[in-house]
Amino acid sequence: MLDPQDRIRFEQLVLPHLDSAANLARWMLRNRADSDDVVQEATLRAYRFFERFHGGDARAWLLQIVRNTCYTWLQKNRPSELMTEFDEEVHQRPAANPETLATQADDRQRLMLALESLSPRFREVLVLRELEGCSYKEIGEITGIPIGTVMSTLSRARERLRQTLTGAAGAAAKEAS
Amino acid sequence: MNCELAQTTIHGYFDGELDAVRSAEFERHLEHCTQCQSVLEGIESLHMQLQQSDLYEHASPQLREKVRKQLAQATGAERVAARHSWKRFLVPTFGALAAAAAVIAIMLFVVPSRTQSPLTAELIDAHVRSLQPGHLMDVESTDQHTVKPWFDGKLDFIPPVSDYAAQGFPLVGGRLDVVDGHDVAALVYARRKHFINVFVWPNREKESIADSSGSRQGYNWVAWQSRDMQFCLVSDAALSDLRELRDLIHP
Repeated sequence: MLDPQDRIRFEQLVLPHLDSAANLARWMLRNRADSDDVVQEATLRAYRFFERFHGGDARAWLLQIVRNTCYTWLQKNRPSELMTEFDEEVHQRPAANPETLATQADDRQRLMLALESLSPRFREVLVLRELEGCSYKEIGEITGIPIGTVMSTLSRARERLRQTLTGAAGAAAKEAS
Repeated sequence: MNCELAQTTIHGYFDGELDAVRSAEFERHLEHCTQCQSVLEGIESLHMQLQQSDLYEHASPQLREKVRKQLAQATGAERVAARHSWKRFLVPTFGALAAAAAVIAIMLFVVPSRTQSPLTAELIDAHVRSLQPGHLMDVESTDQHTVKPWFDGKLDFIPPVSDYAAQGFPLVGGRLDVVDGHDVAALVYARRKHFINVFVWPNREKESIADSSGSRQGYNWVAWQSRDMQFCLVSDAALSDLRELRDLIHP
């Protein structure tokens, strides 16, 4: 049972990673309002399960709960986003449309749209590695991807993102000429 | 030319995830593999773009505030603290008061009425029903290898069945039950003189039950979900016993 002592411990160990939680959820759900709700729900769940946290990497532990809460939320509210997963190699999402991307003058905006166009499985490994700086071991822990598969998933995700961005650059060049 | 290393190993190299030997090997390879050189440049440039674009989304002050408030509510400490200052908590003569406050805090935490879904009420009713004579078990066995196959063909999913007799939760049997119009598996465990019903059913969107616990009508329940199954333990045994069993089922 959690008492005020536990709450203090939770605040010291877990809450410092609220930025990481907010960042992952924001990229998984692609909008701030929904991701804030999910982060709230996830921190409450983390708190209720805090007695099951036996030390170790508190960030990975929290992010694992955030990630699972994101998937539960997506399953409930946007199941179609998860359904297209298996053909992610061929499937192109609307936001990845090269013309849409090419019209973005701003690099940040272009990168954001390209990242958001990836499937959740690709997006999560990229966000965890490139933005959050997680090790492969941590990525495996958070996403449940076997550690041996983290590298190849990341490789495919980077390739996908690169293709999306090059596609956009190509379209922009075509428009300019 | 299609270099195999350019597919995956190169990412481990870039991310510093290769051990020293493999890393040195790859560097030797990199010296004369033009494909790997160009792929590595691509990875580097993508990495730089991502770093420089300020894509990291920090938690807003509003979110921080909401999370803190929510934690305070979950502990019940805020309400208690509002009535009794923290200093008084620490004075030994107020030990009894502190103990009472702790009990209140515990009650506030375990009996949050808002976390009780109609589904929980249904599961508790199912538990109560099961205690009527002759209703508890369809298959009576302490052998997990008898109970598990019994479900085979009766449900469109197979519940995980293990005996935890060594940990003080012997399996005594199982039965089929219907909750909210759906078939669920009910495994029955004993805890000293109490029975614990473990309700298991596949994740279905509509009946989702959040990770939660509480009491109602003198019965305790602990619910959670795994990747594809939902679980709810119901019993008049102590909540701490139910949590212990939960941790055995899902360590």
